[in-house]
Amino acid sequence: MQIAFLTSLHESSTIKSNKIRKRYMANFAPDVLFQISSFPITNTLIDTLLVDAVLIGSAVYFTRHIKDVPNIFDNIVEYVIESFYSLTESIAGKNTRKIFPWFMSFFLFIVLANWSGLIPGIGSFGFYQTVNKKAELIPFVRSAASDLNTTLGLAVVSFVATHVLAVRTVGIKTYLSRYFSLNPINQYVGILEIISEFTKVISLSFRLFGNIFAGEVVLTTIGSISNFLAPIPFILLELIVGLVQALVFAMLTMVGMALLMVPHAEEHS
Amino acid sequence: MSITFTGGIIIAIGGALPALAIGLIGAKAMEAIGRNPDAQGKILPAMLLGMAFAEAIAIYSLILAFIK
Repeated sequence: MQIAFLTSLHESSTIKSNKIRKRYMANFAPDVLFQISSFPITNTLIDTLLVDAVLIGSAVYFTRHIKDVPNIFDNIVEYVIESFYSLTESIAGKNTRKIFPWFMSFFLFIVLANWSGLIPGIGSFGFYQTVNKKAELIPFVRSAASDLNTTLGLAVVSFVATHVLAVRTVGIKTYLSRYFSLNPINQYVGILEIISEFTKVISLSFRLFGNIFAGEVVLTTIGSISNFLAPIPFILLELIVGLVQALVFAMLTMVGMALLMVPHAEEHS
Repeated sequence: MSITFTGGIIIAIGGALPALAIGLIGAKAMEAIGRNPDAQGKILPAMLLGMAFAEAIAIYSLILAFIK
């Protein structure tokens, strides 16, 4: 009896090794699903469209149905907006009205994009494609910030918005006096400031990309080990990480805007 | 004879000092809360923000570990 059991085990293992091993490892580069006349549509782009639909839909709904007696959803929205507005006010002071829309938009977009990667079906529902004799799963929708293109785009938008707002608020002369000056010490500081602006873009994009992409890899790895009850603490971790990274991105943008909108000498007082 | 760094060793070295930094931030925050428990609402968000910045450096080395 024992020997028969052992040989049957051996047989089943050889049968298994003949099948194509199908594993899903999150792809570093985004997966292009199809092209619309040489513009590639990736699965992360579809996720940004989803997040856009939710955001714009809820914004339109909440502004159209303002009542005197708010119900629970209005209360939540008002609470979130007020707490972020007071946070912006404590840092930005008199430029709050210009900075707050950017802060809130970045935060809401990134937090919804991060959380959308945890919805069942997103990142796991897709089709198989053979790449290098291995079958790879290409999901239909994937979390938006797990694509370096999205995070780089967000960081570039934040950079351009900061500088355009700064030029509009303090004028081009004061804005340029921060970076270029005849005094050699100030010029040295100015060169460091120019470099720090570019590293801010890189750091913002890579921080968000790394956190969300590493979270995807962790979830797929844990899922490949045991997909029942074991991923629950990691999904909770991803919820928290998504929220914190959205907050960090938005707060860095906001602080950068608030600092650039004040003349260089005043900000150190 | 040449030595190449790949994968695990990159993240192992690159994650050591950020881990120390996060621990120091947490320790100082605990100290501050212990001295003044009422200020917890102000210390906690600032601590989380500082930890997110320190973690970003480890994330940079994680990206490079993935590439290799």
